[in-house]
Amino acid sequence: MAALGPDTGPAQATAATAGGESLPQSVAVSGTEPPAMATGPVTGSVWRRFSLRRPLAALILQRLGLSVGLLFAVSLMIFGGVEALPGDFATTYLGQSATPQAVENIRKDLGLDRPMTERYVSWLGGAVQGDFGTSWASRNSVSEQIGKRLGNSLFLAFFAAIISVPLAVALGMLAVQYRNRLPDKIINVVSLAAISLPEFFVGYLLILFFAVQLGVATFPSTVYDSMGFGERLSAIALPVATLVLVVLAHMMRMTRAAILNVMASAYVETAELKGLSAFRIIARHAAPNAVAPVINVIALNLAYLVVGVVVVEVVFVYPGMGQYMVDAVTVRDMPVVQACGLIFAAFYIFLNMAADLLAIIANPRLRHPR
Amino acid sequence: MRVSTIPISAWVGIAGIVLALFCAIFAPWIAPFGEREVVGDIWLPMGGDFLLGTDNLGRDLLSRLIYGARTTISVALAATFLSFSLGMLLSFTAAVTGGFIDQMFSRFNDLMMAIPTLIFALVVLAVLPQQLWILILVMAVLDSTRVFRIGRAVALDVAVMEFVEAARLRGEGTGWIIFREILPNTLSPLLAEFGLRFAFSILFLSTLSFLGLGIQPPAADWGGMVKDNKDGIIFGISAALIPGGAIATLAICVNLVVDWLMKRTSSLKGGRGDA
Amino acid sequence: MPEPESTTLLSVRNLKIEATSYPPGEPPKTVTLVENVSFDLEKGKVLGLIGESGAGKSTIGLSALAYGRGGASITGGQVLLDGVDILTLGRNGIRTIRGCKVCYVAQSAAAAFNPAHRLGEQVIEASLRHGIMTREEATKRALYLFTVLGLPSPETFGERYPHQVSGGQLQRAMTAMALCPNPELIVFDEPTTALDVTTQIDVLAAIKHAIEETNTAALYITHDLAVVAQISDDIMVLRHGKTVEYGTTQQIIEAPNEDYTRALVNVRQTKRQEAVDQSDTLLKVDNVSAGYGNGFKVLDNVSLHLPKGQTLAIVGESGSGKSTLARVITGLLPPSEGTIRFEGKELPKALKARTKDELRRVQMIYQMADTAMNPRQTVRDIIGRPLSFYFGLRGAQKTERIKELLDQIEMGAPFLDRYPAELSGGQKQRVAIARALAAKPELILCDEPTSALDPLVAEGILNLLLKLQEETAVSYVFITHDIAIVRAIADSVAVMHRGRLVRFGPKSNVLSPPFDDYTDLLLKSVPEMKIGWLESVLTTRRMASAGN
Repeated sequence: MAALGPDTGPAQATAATAGGESLPQSVAVSGTEPPAMATGPVTGSVWRRFSLRRPLAALILQRLGLSVGLLFAVSLMIFGGVEALPGDFATTYLGQSATPQAVENIRKDLGLDRPMTERYVSWLGGAVQGDFGTSWASRNSVSEQIGKRLGNSLFLAFFAAIISVPLAVALGMLAVQYRNRLPDKIINVVSLAAISLPEFFVGYLLILFFAVQLGVATFPSTVYDSMGFGERLSAIALPVATLVLVVLAHMMRMTRAAILNVMASAYVETAELKGLSAFRIIARHAAPNAVAPVINVIALNLAYLVVGVVVVEVVFVYPGMGQYMVDAVTVRDMPVVQACGLIFAAFYIFLNMAADLLAIIANPRLRHPR
Repeated sequence: MRVSTIPISAWVGIAGIVLALFCAIFAPWIAPFGEREVVGDIWLPMGGDFLLGTDNLGRDLLSRLIYGARTTISVALAATFLSFSLGMLLSFTAAVTGGFIDQMFSRFNDLMMAIPTLIFALVVLAVLPQQLWILILVMAVLDSTRVFRIGRAVALDVAVMEFVEAARLRGEGTGWIIFREILPNTLSPLLAEFGLRFAFSILFLSTLSFLGLGIQPPAADWGGMVKDNKDGIIFGISAALIPGGAIATLAICVNLVVDWLMKRTSSLKGGRGDA
Repeated sequence: MPEPESTTLLSVRNLKIEATSYPPGEPPKTVTLVENVSFDLEKGKVLGLIGESGAGKSTIGLSALAYGRGGASITGGQVLLDGVDILTLGRNGIRTIRGCKVCYVAQSAAAAFNPAHRLGEQVIEASLRHGIMTREEATKRALYLFTVLGLPSPETFGERYPHQVSGGQLQRAMTAMALCPNPELIVFDEPTTALDVTTQIDVLAAIKHAIEETNTAALYITHDLAVVAQISDDIMVLRHGKTVEYGTTQQIIEAPNEDYTRALVNVRQTKRQEAVDQSDTLLKVDNVSAGYGNGFKVLDNVSLHLPKGQTLAIVGESGSGKSTLARVITGLLPPSEGTIRFEGKELPKALKARTKDELRRVQMIYQMADTAMNPRQTVRDIIGRPLSFYFGLRGAQKTERIKELLDQIEMGAPFLDRYPAELSGGQKQRVAIARALAAKPELILCDEPTSALDPLVAEGILNLLLKLQEETAVSYVFITHDIAIVRAIADSVAVMHRGRLVRFGPKSNVLSPPFDDYTDLLLKSVPEMKIGWLESVLTTRRMASAGN
């Protein structure tokens, strides 16, 4: 009987995850119960009737609302948390030997003498309009600096994504195809090792080999405005390769798990017992149900990618957001740290939301209500 | 479980962990030179008196690697223990109590997890003074959000079983239910999770040190050693790769053991959403 | 119909099926699931395969499609379909058999249908892919089959998605899917087991009608002899992967040769005379309503009572609220209205408000003994805990009492230090009973304690419960969906339907006419161990509806 099957549950492949950021898969997993944060003002019979009639739209609205609420709470944490923590920036800024008068002046200068709520409101108000204030260190507009660097970071992440996503899905499918046979085992061990590699190790390994010994790639990966598209591409070749290697293993293991989960289902057995061809079973019966979890996997890993750029940018001295933020942290340039923190968190929340929304949309139970 | 059934991969992992622990514990006795002792020219090649060469200040790389094992492992372990205790305590309380407490803890945890760990750490460390215990605390608190998620899922899996209901019907207290009924049934997945969190802590600590926000020089620590020696890379000097390789090797070893633990415990599904 | 020369469709010879299992922490080992099984099936006939879990019946059924589930593989013998051994066909060859000549109906249609596609598409898929029919022909045939199987609005039924129809309808749709390509043989794998009795009879009738109409042969796999007796021409009784007895349905039901078969036929024929209701009332439930938040009442104004030392059976189908009633009595779910009295004294509504002694007096036995016992505790710990918790027993005294209890449940001291995983299903349930008894309760709530067990094991448990009642004068509230059990053990009966109490009283009153509509339907839906029972019920129904 069925119980005698080999004990290889599909849930295992998501096993070791130490390689990087752990991703919150979704905030309200399928959103069957309305999260309190999002529906505060709209509860009551109107909302209930709407969610019964249009469950899909209701869930999507709920998830959108939740993200907005989450982003708001995060902004509060980033701003308020920084304020509440000990440490006087004026003193840090001037050094221990500063006179009280100088400290007082600089506090006034930076606007630190105003009440906290007032500063928060004006900061958030500015942030919504894209104005993040002035850097304490350089006295430049933060938004201007971020504008250029954000573009650079996204450029990097974009190319890492278009290479790693198809590769990961293909390798994941390969592993499923050869499940428990040699290719699968090799992929398993290699990906397990790859998960454990720190980004900077992979980065320097690639630099030493390709840039220093072979001389086929450039280091550092500086880009500037007057650079052509081709030049840019060759400059980012190594950082992109690093990001791909780092994110690939994760994505591949999760893809494998997601597909295996579907392949083990009773309806795939039904398809097999209908005498359908292997291709049709996969294309027609497994794929439509595997798409949602796989897309989910991709979105989650893209969220990681956005964060992974921080270390990679430092390694390759690439002028992106991550490096900007790390530099700001070292000199305690709070407006820059807050702005970068908020933007990174926003991307992260957005991609997680996208993952959830795709999962909701792909669910036939919600698309075709009773 | 018999010893003979442990797969080779797990043995490799165990051997690596034991070696690292040995270095960490007996560092002063096995290291050929002192941790901060300048012994020669900078970036001397491997071989001769200095088995792995010297670093950017002329210190013996092997000695620093051995002392670094001590710092890296002890800080990572301390952070993991702390995050685990915190995460487990809160998650089991949430799962067993349910209701408002569960909702409150879970929502707050969701909020904490909505900010990527590294970004969160950067923001917080920008404000706080650079001290070791603060670093450990920050790592522990951030990591405990992940432990909370797993802990709650695993505990809920068991808490809905009828034997827990039977204990409730008998009139048992919360303490008995947690420690006698639930905990024994969640040990294996939690052990695996501990390994996972430990590997992550090593990598996270190294990343922070590499960015200059972790352990401060002149203490030897693997991530910081990569940072110290990174400028040598352009000249083809691989000194930075040696501590980097040590980090990777230790993390791989831990993951190999975790992988085996996971396969053993596949019967008890812990909500492994954290992938 | 002219008789062709050879009418044998399927001939299975000396079948042997093995599987490799991977016990954690041990080297893999090979287990024999089925050994030396042979049978013949003629065109248009139905063979019933019957046995308890682990008998290998599903495995044999799937061998007709040359399919091994979960690592099982056919290692010996022949499966001849129209004289061709399908085990030798190879990957592509077997595909021309599956879904074309032989089709399969799974136990859980809800899992077997792909949630992403419409039912109609899935029903006609095999016919199209094997090139048996054009899309128009297949759609027409699907419509015909939906009609024959009595599905609602057959014209539009195929446009729905699996989650949009009920469990009974899905099971019928699965039958339609199997019949659509005009196969010569269908394998039915417990198609009605997951359904409620009142639904089961409809699906059973629909299947029988449809295979007769299309003259298709079938292998019908079930654990319920009464069900298979209604539908099959021949029956094979299996146990531990081997044939026990193989004969015509009439011979098996009316003149079984083997002891095991005889036991299966005679199972649950016991009937108990009800006790006279004159002792003091132990439990009194008054006007109880309860729900889970959202305002929907799962229990609606239920009142009943139970005298000391007697058994009250609560009967109903899934969703009737019978288990919820048990949860309310235990205090796990505080009622929104009404009271529960125990020996005349009102019990606090919530579990937390009850005293230790109040908790001790009401114990519970669950349906799944597996999940009701902590897998990390030994039998000694499991039975010993109530002893130390309620009575403060320890040391030798406690061990003595545990041994006594083990003797009472007919297991004995050798089991003291076993873990639940080392016990059989029946033994686990006995240990659960001992744990309840250890508290010296006055009332034991039994939530379907036998429905997950094989019939003969279940009978042993029922007899044990009756014996214990005589010895200790404990009262039972016995929740079940099985009328045969009610007949066997109850003194009084409560029939529940959609959260309401439909009928309550002494067994003889409740189970004899005049009936209300629901009780009538429920009683008539329970399969009887009698050939022709299904026809007679259907005939009565048709007459009744014609009369209206």
